[in-house]
Amino acid sequence: MTKTTIPVHLDINGHHHELQLEPRVTLLDALRERLGLTGTKKGCDHGQCGACTVHIDGERVLACLTLAAQAEGRAITTIEGLAREGELHPVQAAFLEQDAFQCGYCTSGQIMSAVACIREGHAGSDEEIREYMAGNLCRCGAYPHIVAAVRQAAQEFAA
Amino acid sequence: MRDFSYLRAGSIDTARQAAALPGAMLLAGGTTLIDLAKCGVAQPDTLVDITHLKGLDRIEIGEHGATIGALAKMSHVADHADIKSRLPAISEALWQAASAQIRNMATIGGNLMQRTRCPYFRDPANFSACNKRQPGSGCSAIGGVTRGHAVLGTSDACIAMYPGDLATALVAFDAAMHLGERKLLVDDFFLLPGSTPDKEHAIEPGEMITAIEIPGSAAARRSTYLKIRDRQSYEFAAASAAVGLELEADGRTIRDLRVALGGVATKPWRARAVEDALKGKVLEPEAVRAASQLSVEGAVDHGANHYKIELAPRVVARAILKLGETA
Repeated sequence: MTKTTIPVHLDINGHHHELQLEPRVTLLDALRERLGLTGTKKGCDHGQCGACTVHIDGERVLACLTLAAQAEGRAITTIEGLAREGELHPVQAAFLEQDAFQCGYCTSGQIMSAVACIREGHAGSDEEIREYMAGNLCRCGAYPHIVAAVRQAAQEFAA
Repeated sequence: MRDFSYLRAGSIDTARQAAALPGAMLLAGGTTLIDLAKCGVAQPDTLVDITHLKGLDRIEIGEHGATIGALAKMSHVADHADIKSRLPAISEALWQAASAQIRNMATIGGNLMQRTRCPYFRDPANFSACNKRQPGSGCSAIGGVTRGHAVLGTSDACIAMYPGDLATALVAFDAAMHLGERKLLVDDFFLLPGSTPDKEHAIEPGEMITAIEIPGSAAARRSTYLKIRDRQSYEFAAASAAVGLELEADGRTIRDLRVALGGVATKPWRARAVEDALKGKVLEPEAVRAASQLSVEGAVDHGANHYKIELAPRVVARAILKLGETA
């Protein structure tokens, strides 16, 4: 059986991409396998771990449960699109300063989630950070440092 | 995941028509459907994407109640200032569900179509018997690991638990859904498994949820959603309660009470026996605890889920008493 593909136009980190994809291709697989944007990680591939967190129209979502075709016409931001002119995003810098990771596999998802968490106004206390970062699992257990990094970045933005 | 064809609907009518064809399914946030397609449980031939439809994500709220478009995101409804103040149980049920990312994807209409998390239902590769997936094939959960299964509304064919939070709050406050021209109570939308657990919803091919309507009431204004779970966040309920309370002018006699349970039944479970037992009575802990026991009348456990029969009435009582303190 010949595979049917459809044209999919994606706007990622301000760049336009034209792809031919099978309809079942997720945004996660399109990013990693077709566009070489491997900063977004595949953890569980079932929406349970948060490693594949990206932003669509400024909101954090899971790339593993989003069809690439559904993201057409939306502005997609991945971890590769956070830094500006070689300067780390303040949340990236805070993760480095607070030593907020060990193996690093969940880190891009944690950072993408944290950027949105702060922007949503859900980083007002450690308790609120823990609740609104709960969709990002860290099997190394770096949670206390992740909370510290999010707190630090949130305070920098508020200052 | 098996391949399928993809169709982006340009209007509600084309969406309904396309989704009525055999093998076609509506696709909204995808948080259940894409997951189940990866598990091999959902095997659509065509997905009809409705997420690009305009105007279906409105949230309107006033004295009469709220009307929420089917494509409104869970996160937007949860954070809506008027929903928080006038329908707190709805906001609380939403922000305590899933994760921030999933709430940004999942829609209100899609949320009501969410399927059970029964691990046997989700795993056709290892468990061929599932009456919900394959009518007549049997139930792998009965006699299996049942810690997360229902104790209310079960049958010999299925004990799968309904996992949602929002619908539990909706049935407590008599919410209805718009299915095109037809209006249906959310409570009537969810079907008991009986001998046909594959038939979960009173919705016909070609019908699509377009909005949810929640009547305003004093009990809905003074309401809460209490969710108890194995871990503090990002987890389904071990037992939960949506409760609304209205007191008489004396500040202690119960005029109106709404109680629905989540995490313990095969569908969102309205506990009218608790409501009836307490209406007209003085709100005091002993009476509330005694009446809350009625919430699990008729419960049947399957071993490891027995704890839910003890837990649920305590959750109900705690939620009612908590509301009583917020006079």
